[in-house]
Amino acid sequence: MVIDLATRFEPKIVGFLCRWCAYTGADLAGLSRINYPPNITPIRVNCSGRVDPTLVLKALATGADGVLIAGCHPGDCHYINGNAKTIRRFKLLQRLLQQFGIEKERVRLEWVSASEGGRYARIVESMTEEIRSLGPLNWKKEMAIAA
Amino acid sequence: MIKNDIREMGLTRVVVASCSPLMHEPTFRRAVQSAGLNPYLFQMANIREQCSWITENRELATERAKAIVNAAVMRVNFNEPLEVEKIPVNSNVLVVGGGITGIEAALQIADSGKKVYLVEKEPTIGGYMTRFDKTFPTLDCAACILTPKMVSVEQHENIELLTYSDVTDFSGYVGKFTAKIRKRPRYVDEDKCTGCGLCEEKCPLSVPSEFDCKLGKRKAIYRPFPQAVPNVPVIDREHCLYFTKNICKVCVKFCPHHAIDFEQKEKYIEVPVGSAILATGFDLFDASRIKEYGYGKLPNVITSIEFERLTHASGPTAGKIQLKNGNLPESVAIVHCVGSRDQNYNEHCSRVCCMYSLKTAHLVREKTDAKVYEFYIDMRAFGKGYEEFYKRVLHEDVTFIRGRVAEITDVAQNPSEEGKLIVVAEDTLLGIVRRIPVDMVVLSVGLEPRKDAGQLAHVFRISRSKDGFFLERHPKLAPVSTAGQGIYVAGACQSPKDIPDSVAQGAAAAANVLSFVDKGEIEMEPTIAILKEEACSGCKICIGLCPYGAINFDESSGRAVITSVLCKGCGVCVAACPSGAIEQQNFTNKQLMAEIEAICS
Repeated sequence: MVIDLATRFEPKIVGFLCRWCAYTGADLAGLSRINYPPNITPIRVNCSGRVDPTLVLKALATGADGVLIAGCHPGDCHYINGNAKTIRRFKLLQRLLQQFGIEKERVRLEWVSASEGGRYARIVESMTEEIRSLGPLNWKKEMAIAA
Repeated sequence: MIKNDIREMGLTRVVVASCSPLMHEPTFRRAVQSAGLNPYLFQMANIREQCSWITENRELATERAKAIVNAAVMRVNFNEPLEVEKIPVNSNVLVVGGGITGIEAALQIADSGKKVYLVEKEPTIGGYMTRFDKTFPTLDCAACILTPKMVSVEQHENIELLTYSDVTDFSGYVGKFTAKIRKRPRYVDEDKCTGCGLCEEKCPLSVPSEFDCKLGKRKAIYRPFPQAVPNVPVIDREHCLYFTKNICKVCVKFCPHHAIDFEQKEKYIEVPVGSAILATGFDLFDASRIKEYGYGKLPNVITSIEFERLTHASGPTAGKIQLKNGNLPESVAIVHCVGSRDQNYNEHCSRVCCMYSLKTAHLVREKTDAKVYEFYIDMRAFGKGYEEFYKRVLHEDVTFIRGRVAEITDVAQNPSEEGKLIVVAEDTLLGIVRRIPVDMVVLSVGLEPRKDAGQLAHVFRISRSKDGFFLERHPKLAPVSTAGQGIYVAGACQSPKDIPDSVAQGAAAAANVLSFVDKGEIEMEPTIAILKEEACSGCKICIGLCPYGAINFDESSGRAVITSVLCKGCGVCVAACPSGAIEQQNFTNKQLMAEIEAICS
């Protein structure tokens, strides 16, 4: 099958990356020239624990098709255990999203260490593919109609 | 260029779209600052590492670069000028642990003119090294190189030595900590005692000596060994006849300086320090956990530390390597990796055992005519002069058998095994199971985190790695720092280490401490949490979440209070506050929302 690149859906993903592990890991992917789909745009935060669910909802509401939250592996948090709090918060966020009818594949929590450039690239790749097959979220449009 | 533009055009915000901020954000901030603009009014857009370098799809990459730049431009609108707070540093340093690592760190710091509080929980400093006979690979005697350093510690005018003590609480923040130290009673007045030893001589009660692994005896009033520092005995309350039966008091009678004080009580002192070094060392693996090795049941199966005491000239046998019945062994087996590299016990390699096992083999060959069998898995001779030492022992008529020992038994299968210990192992080079009858087995036990490591990590609010040792900030680039600012780790409390590496880390931690103590102040990142008091409902959710204990509840106002110097800027409380009363500087909701909108629109 020939994929028509011109008309193919390109999902828009917002990535919240912690500066110590995930952001450094994502930098490493670039430094190592590992290719992955340029569909993710990073926002740097100090810790994945800073990611308020409101920020995720804001991204989805303003036009993102997916959100990635990435932090240090459990036990490796630069702030002792900020990521443990992210895990707890993320579970509640997933329930909330489910109630909104948003597929759980659209919002992911992943651990990427500063040395895992390859892992980061694979995560973005698989996420992009998954969301591409789900199609656009169109939340922005739907919200506009509802309003 | 940036500087000129700021000056000529009167710029109020600057965005640079280039590489990762991890590399050059500080460079550009400095440039902006030197042109008179607050450095936090600068924003960096990373269009290289996470954009142009990851794809060959030019069209998409360009779209994305635009979004990234747009996000930075929208965000910078909400950037606020921030001041880097400088806080003064107390130059006193706390060193916990008086082994060779702590001694090295304490001496380095004290020599620079700073005050050191050295806390040791045993009655004497010196640590494990005081119990060793010779040290690999040079075979110099441990006491000869260690005791002069111990004496230097005692005599140093800048070191306050607190033995028989432990740290029970450590509060405050970098530059201004308070350590609470518990001094256990020795029942001997340190100021009056001259260390003459008469009390030890006269004490009528002998009990097994812990220092000698219970192979020898000590009195109920004792110094662990004659060169103890401080040279002041301690009364063992559990055995002393006065404490157990209210009789005796012989020591009181004979002490010429009236130094015995049965009324001494536990004492707590508080000392102000600006930083701390943890050098609390290790525990030895308890060999009785491996049932098939028979330790504790078979009398001539001993551990390597017991061997150290046997071969030590001032040990219980005056250096004679002998069996429990006093005879000399005709054959000795040395078993490597006891409790190390073993999924059932500790997965890590204890690093020192290969080398000290070679030393054991050498000492047995030197002092007896015994045949020596060394059972190893891999021979790890990694340090300076270590491989050469291995080669030397190879030529000393030692039989090396490659294979993990499966069992040590006294059940003989043929007459040649009668009355012997039989070491059973698969020789992985020959591919056969071998049974070697010997008279003595030395178990080379591995190194483990100390049993109280978890408790101490809690007191100092630092993390531990999976194996239980203290976690360093970076395994390669910050090996003696921890996630706790101003708190350092050195030596075997971070991972198993030999003496040279421990000393190097002790000195490294001292250098780390001195680099900021000498400056007199440290700069705090201003990306911390700020409370909008009027919005705080006093729900206390943030208090339990803060990993640094930086948030407290003020009963009088019914609101939370953030101690800014304790805040490290993770932002967990910001995300959790249901009233939106906490903001993180330079990561405000406004800034992040602006970024999100710019990316998504």
